[in-house]
Amino acid sequence: MSIEHVLFGVFALLTVLSALMVIFAKSPISSAMSLVATFFFLAGIYVLLWAHTVAVMQVMVYAGAIMVLFLFVIMLLNLGESTQAGPRLTLPRVAGGAAAAGLLVVLVMAIWRVPSVNTFTGQQAVSGGFGTLARIGQTIFTQWLLPFEAVSLLLLVGMVGAVVVAKSRI
Amino acid sequence: MANSVDIKYYLILAAILFCLGMFGVLVRRNALVVFMCVELMLNAANLTFLSFAKQNGDLTGHVSAFFVIAVAAAEASIGLAIVIAVFRSRGTVNIEEIRTMKH
Repeated sequence: MSIEHVLFGVFALLTVLSALMVIFAKSPISSAMSLVATFFFLAGIYVLLWAHTVAVMQVMVYAGAIMVLFLFVIMLLNLGESTQAGPRLTLPRVAGGAAAAGLLVVLVMAIWRVPSVNTFTGQQAVSGGFGTLARIGQTIFTQWLLPFEAVSLLLLVGMVGAVVVAKSRI
Repeated sequence: MANSVDIKYYLILAAILFCLGMFGVLVRRNALVVFMCVELMLNAANLTFLSFAKQNGDLTGHVSAFFVIAVAAAEASIGLAIVIAVFRSRGTVNIEEIRTMKH
């Protein structure tokens, strides 16, 4: 039982709990705040996976930029508590729960057969600079340059499209 | 390494997150909360990419996670703009009352 197990257990539990709160919160604002918490705990899990750069991007882009956009829209639309009174067990909810539970069972049964080959050790990761910004940048700009440029074009199109769609009169 | 967490547990956590996101997409009616649940599912995908990247010592998974984050940002901007436009013309974000995208 190492410190890694303890940290993983704590972060995993908190991630699942805050994800549950995203789904079952009454007002959209508390859903959004729970989602921010989920992103922070997931960033902790990413650090355990030696993905420090992705963890920082997660906090900056997801918990920073995207969630600010969500909160801004929720407050702009002035959505209060949902009008649904109490948790009712309707047919769509039961069917959705059954579908999600079935998928979870199948996924866990499949994952349990993944061979756990831990040939890649911590020493190799540290000496090779695994997960550092320098190594990821090297990979992106040598092997993934065209997709990277395509993503920048996608973000530009998204920006212009958001302005055009949300404008009242064109 | 014996004292490191097995990759299975990371993958199971990702599966749980994905199924929670799917459950939310299926049962919630507020369009904004449905978007948030889609973000949960995207994060589950990211967690899977990073787990396999750690197992194989390959940085391609990190690059994929970076692309997923960028695409999620674009998706959120367009989706929220559509939600604002729909709310302006209909006065609701309940996806059961929105049956058409036409003006």
